Amino acid sequence: MKKAFLCTTVLLLILVMGLSGCGGNGNKETSPTNQPAASNKGSKATEGSETAKPPAQAEKVVFWTFVDAHQKFYESMAASWNESHPDKAIALEATTIPYDDMHTKLLVALQSGVGAPDLVDIEQSKFPNFMKGTPQLVSLNDIVEPELGNIVKSRVEIYSKDKTYYGIDYHVGATVMYYNKEMLDQAGINPDTIKTWADFETAGKQMLDKTGKPMITFEGNGNWSWWPAISQQGSDQVDENGNVTVDTPVNVKTMEFFQKMVKEGVAAVAPGAGHDTEEYFGYMDSGGAASVFMPFWFMNRFTDHIPDLKGKVIIRPMPAWVEGGNRSAGMGGTATSITNQAKNPDLIKEFLAYAKMSKEGNLQVWKQLGFDPIRTDVWSDPAMKESNKFTDYFGTDIFDTLLSVKDEIAPVHIREKSPEVFDAIRNKAMPQIFIDMKDPAKVLKEVQDSLK
Amino acid sequence: MQIERELTKNPRRRSYQLGNSQKMAPYVFVFPFLLSFAVFFAYPLINAGIMSFQEVLPGEVSFTGLDNYRGLWNEDFGAALYNSSRYTIWTLLLLIPVPMILAVLLNSKKMPWSNFFRSTLFIPALTSVVVAGVVFRLIFGELDGALMNTILHLFGISSQRWLYSSSLGMFALLVLAGWRWIGINILYFLSALQSIPAELYEAADIDGAGAFRKLIRITIPLLKPITIYVVTITIYGGYAMFTESYMLWAGKPSPQNIGLTIVGYIYQQGFQYFNLGFGSAIGITLLGITLLVSLVQLTLTGMFKKED
Repeated sequence: MKKAFLCTTVLLLILVMGLSGCGGNGNKETSPTNQPAASNKGSKATEGSETAKPPAQAEKVVFWTFVDAHQKFYESMAASWNESHPDKAIALEATTIPYDDMHTKLLVALQSGVGAPDLVDIEQSKFPNFMKGTPQLVSLNDIVEPELGNIVKSRVEIYSKDKTYYGIDYHVGATVMYYNKEMLDQAGINPDTIKTWADFETAGKQMLDKTGKPMITFEGNGNWSWWPAISQQGSDQVDENGNVTVDTPVNVKTMEFFQKMVKEGVAAVAPGAGHDTEEYFGYMDSGGAASVFMPFWFMNRFTDHIPDLKGKVIIRPMPAWVEGGNRSAGMGGTATSITNQAKNPDLIKEFLAYAKMSKEGNLQVWKQLGFDPIRTDVWSDPAMKESNKFTDYFGTDIFDTLLSVKDEIAPVHIREKSPEVFDAIRNKAMPQIFIDMKDPAKVLKEVQDSLK
Repeated sequence: MQIERELTKNPRRRSYQLGNSQKMAPYVFVFPFLLSFAVFFAYPLINAGIMSFQEVLPGEVSFTGLDNYRGLWNEDFGAALYNSSRYTIWTLLLLIPVPMILAVLLNSKKMPWSNFFRSTLFIPALTSVVVAGVVFRLIFGELDGALMNTILHLFGISSQRWLYSSSLGMFALLVLAGWRWIGINILYFLSALQSIPAELYEAADIDGAGAFRKLIRITIPLLKPITIYVVTITIYGGYAMFTESYMLWAGKPSPQNIGLTIVGYIYQQGFQYFNLGFGSAIGITLLGITLLVSLVQLTLTGMFKKED
């Protein structure tokens, strides 16, 4: 018996050693590539004699994102960075991982303290998860603060905690109206005379009379209809201190107004119950409704998924709720952050500032990604009128519209409770109000109570 | 690997060193399982147990006693529990009798093309759930052109919003479950059917029993052990269901939680809201529920009775 035990132990040891042997080999194989990267921090100059390409001796920067286009953007920014900063070259290793997967992996990596990338994209509605406890991200104050005057401030404030900025957005996400000009002409409506939501409703009735089509669509299982509308009025789903404010009078009134429009037939609930669905793209493509308001980034859904409306869609500010009120709202977004596992955060910060805060970086955000860059001083740059697939589709006055609403974008509050609140609005409130047609005041009160 | 190589290199010396190799063999064979069990099951399970009493935040972990378990008393968990239980019951009603009958038919010598049907019915099990989920989402689309709605139109019924109502959503999940699991369960029943001795049927033929009587008196009773096994894995599969509902609603939470399952709730709380402590508490509760249901079922079917 004792002998058997001894044998087992010996066997165990052999196995364990065998396994660890494998592990060791694996490490050795990869270590040569790691070595130069680690050692060249201090001795870049001395290695200059070697005629290797910059990336070979460059600092390795691992970047995760969930959008392929973001990866391409950073790769091109890294290439131009290496050209202009040969002494601070980086070797960007960018990977695109599916949305949910990437955020989950990142959470686990940050929680366990190993395996996180240096630079990472975090989507806005996921960001509060990373602000819980002690944020495992690097403070970006020294690159954000000098530029605060030139950028839309709320685009970094949503990624902050206790006056520390942890992320920088790609874009403003200004919400605009997309009008189908052809349908408006049929109904004899001039979009520039629609100043307030009351005007809009009147125009909608005219549209319904003349064409039998709804003027606008709302999401039945999403947040992009109600949230911009309440943000226009300075309200939000969560207040500055993180309290849930779903059923405030303004919020209820807005929802009641939208529901009334649906009941009148002036508005329709989007097929697929959301604006970002295949069903909806097909519906709009065949002229299902005359307009929709969505954030700026929705432009590429038109260019890529609703091809038949090319040249027929115009971009205008949203109607205001009262004369002179805000005509836009900043919605959605993705921050790029640096994790506390980054080996050389200062260098990465410099690169991030170059890619996201600098003028040339912001111009590339428009040119490559089609987003409204966070630096408003580039909005009037002539480059914004250069021909690309967006100006071909919507005309060259896109940024004229944006400039006119520049100061009418209220900040949104993203707090710890936000992901839960968003889900409750999307999945409980919206379907009950727009599909089951229940009383908004009652539904919002229930949701508010359930979130306490 | 290492051991295998060592053993083949000089088998004689090794056997001397290790003493009686006959005695060692079982340990060697069992070891990989024990290792993977310890690393991938026991350790996470114990850790989940501990975490279910903690509030886990990055850089700040603290014990909060039973708070997480108290938090379970809410509407969402209720909805998840209701959906999972309902799904399990329906899958039991669907995935036991149907495959059993199909297996009997496929096993019958009178059945033409039986090999062809066997393989076609099994193909869904080889398909990725993710792909299947996407296809089924399109099948159950709300537009008139979606497959299910086209079928409804044939019967003069108007289009339905399949994935927005609780009962239609459950129906979609069951169609997906049936499509996916019937083939596998047929395989279990087929293998059991082949082990029933032919003499029993011959004897019944001599006694003048008809096909139905033979099914009731011989086939079904002799299938009991495998039926118990299939019921157990179906219960477990029902409560553990996640991917199907996740894919059917495109990874987004389902409207009014009609597709929320317990595992979906773990995923939502643990990873989407990063509430790992609470997620662990749900997981431990799920473990308790499945254990309890399985124990009741095994007791009722007489698994724990001593054979006389």
